[in-house]
Amino acid sequence: MSKNTSLSRRTALKGLAAGLVAGPGFVRYAQAQASAPIRIGFQAHRTGIGAAYGRWYERTTSAAVKAINAAGGIGGRPIEIVVEDDGTDPARGAEVVAKFASQHKVDLVYGTLFSHVVAGSAPTAGELKIPYYVVSEGYHIASGKMNRWCLQPGITDVRAQVTSVAPWIAGNLGKKVTMIFPDYAFGYDHRDYLPAALEKAGANVVAKIAIPPTESSFTRYFPQIPADTEVLYHVMVGPAVLTFVKELGEFYGSGGPQLFGFIDSLEAVDINSPGLEFLNGSHFWEGSPRYAQANDSEAQKAYRAAVGIDDNGASVNDAKDISTAAHMFGCWETLYVIKQAMEAAGYRGPEDRQKLVEATEAITTVAEGPEHPQGDKVFDGRIHQVFGHQNISKLEGGRLNVVHRTSIEDGRYEPEADYTTQSF
Amino acid sequence: MTDAGKAWMLHVALIAALFALHFVLPAYHHGVLARVMVLAVFAMGYNLLFGYAGLLSLGHAMFFGAGLYGAGLAAYHLGWSVSAAFSAGILAGISLSLAVGVLALRTTGVAFMIVTMMFAQAFYLATLHFNAWTRGDEGLVLQTASRTLGSLSLADPATRYLAALALFSLVLLLTLAVVRSRLGRVLVAIRENEPRTIMLGYDTFAAKLAATVLSGAICAAAGAAYALLFGYVGSTLVSVQYSILPLLWVLMGGAATTIGPLIGTLLMYYLVDLSGGPLDRLLPGWHLTYLGVVGVALVLLILFFPKGILGTVRGRWLRWLP
Repeated sequence: MSKNTSLSRRTALKGLAAGLVAGPGFVRYAQAQASAPIRIGFQAHRTGIGAAYGRWYERTTSAAVKAINAAGGIGGRPIEIVVEDDGTDPARGAEVVAKFASQHKVDLVYGTLFSHVVAGSAPTAGELKIPYYVVSEGYHIASGKMNRWCLQPGITDVRAQVTSVAPWIAGNLGKKVTMIFPDYAFGYDHRDYLPAALEKAGANVVAKIAIPPTESSFTRYFPQIPADTEVLYHVMVGPAVLTFVKELGEFYGSGGPQLFGFIDSLEAVDINSPGLEFLNGSHFWEGSPRYAQANDSEAQKAYRAAVGIDDNGASVNDAKDISTAAHMFGCWETLYVIKQAMEAAGYRGPEDRQKLVEATEAITTVAEGPEHPQGDKVFDGRIHQVFGHQNISKLEGGRLNVVHRTSIEDGRYEPEADYTTQSF
Repeated sequence: MTDAGKAWMLHVALIAALFALHFVLPAYHHGVLARVMVLAVFAMGYNLLFGYAGLLSLGHAMFFGAGLYGAGLAAYHLGWSVSAAFSAGILAGISLSLAVGVLALRTTGVAFMIVTMMFAQAFYLATLHFNAWTRGDEGLVLQTASRTLGSLSLADPATRYLAALALFSLVLLLTLAVVRSRLGRVLVAIRENEPRTIMLGYDTFAAKLAATVLSGAICAAAGAAYALLFGYVGSTLVSVQYSILPLLWVLMGGAATTIGPLIGTLLMYYLVDLSGGPLDRLLPGWHLTYLGVVGVALVLLILFFPKGILGTVRGRWLRWLP
């Protein structure tokens, strides 16, 4: 029944297309398509737990689109961004992807951060055969559990991040590590991949403490930290992080183990907020540094100016509006990867979506520069995942200073999948 | 025509209209309606307990979740076929609603709300705790290849629409039959005056338990269908938000009306979907989109339209509406 309908619909469309090709109007149509904007659906976390990230992802996206369009757009066509709020909710995320594909009729979907929204949306992207470029850092795409239409070419994944920083932790902070992590996906990637990386570096995890996301006080978990812990590895995320740090400070007083955290906990939060004093002298992973560094490249300086963040990583319009600098560069770089792949594929319209995915898969390296201000990168087309440098920063004097930058190779791991063997 | 005849005619006409829409709707709205029909089944299950029996549960996400995970985990880890996984989902819903019903129905009113909410919260946390199988909040993606019914792919929009319509139709007619049955009348009697119903000799606990299990099974069927039709299973879908949403859909469409849940779900979907742009233009920077709309709608409904759309229609014009 339905098949007949869709077939007849398709047949009618084919007939219409044939008429258009044969008619004189087609030339005009083809010209219009050649200069028509490339429409990119931006699945934004405007509300929900990801709203702070979403706000900065939007600003970075606007800045990148402005820069790309000013330089001639993609293959001479300007980019037009269509934004839809996904409420940081996986079900709404899938609905938004369908809306982009079927109603807004965008060329591709881009921009998602939270991993559950990526996983919720991926089936819809695959079914509607629309490229889905995420800026999420989860190990979901690289795991091979999504589908061929999902790609993460602008930000590294957590597995690579923890694999990169583990040797430095073992070599500089201590050999006995206790992990405190949220009992949800972001925490699992750390829980699953840090221990092996530490063992390889001669250290080991002495305890793993998972904290349910509904907790608002953490004091009762701290006695579970073994007394011989040399490094406390923390990746708490969400509004309770201030309480977490404050209570940790009260628990340890002036002593305690070395601290190593992921800045994800404190993205969009002023590092000098009252209650965070206990973090002074501790170390953080940062994808891209929040604070301007003495050795920043010209590309990095230009990127920060374009996005509108000052030397402290806050908005140039409001010093209290702290950015999500460690992650949002991924939006900038992903848009430039899309541009590179579209131009390589000779992308004309939705009929070339498959070519676009294949062209992205064919990318192997990108050089540091205005298009990739965070640094050079290696893209593994088999797992649709990019690999890059990571920064380890020390909190001192009220700012985060980069003390170590990992190599790309530090984060490489053996791929567990190969999307290129999947059919479209 | 008798009132019963009119009621059956109306329901059959609704199913026929939904079938006709399959052929005329543009792709986007076609997809939306498939999703709405599945969620409306969830709302219909909720309505059976809330609308007819008068039991306000704040934990129905767990029954939706029982179906979602029952079907999803069976398909993902055990490689079960769609029909076997769907059955597993419904069985999970029946088992859970029976267990929860036996315990929670010892309470009434606010205590019932709190107990159901606590059970649902425990279910939600369990989906996080057993993350080795569930992948917690990130959830699991059911690959298209595993979602086939015979030679039909449930990822195909037409098949998905017709599968959703089949489930919706079955549950709609089942609901109509139940509310017109002896059990349905006893449930309404319990809602209106439970002590009097007991005095009349009815076993109200048994009737409420039957309603809870039926409600749980229907919600689980919606959850199982959601997993298999849309390919995603994650703990967000069993969070407290998904206990509030069916209440909202039912309140909007009209509690204790058989068709109200569909109308409420459909209107709420489009309210959320279409209000984003205008709200952003009207109140830039407020970011009222989505969750804000849901909250405001809930407050307005409770304050000004407690009977919902079809409840008002029935009160004023069509008294025969079931």
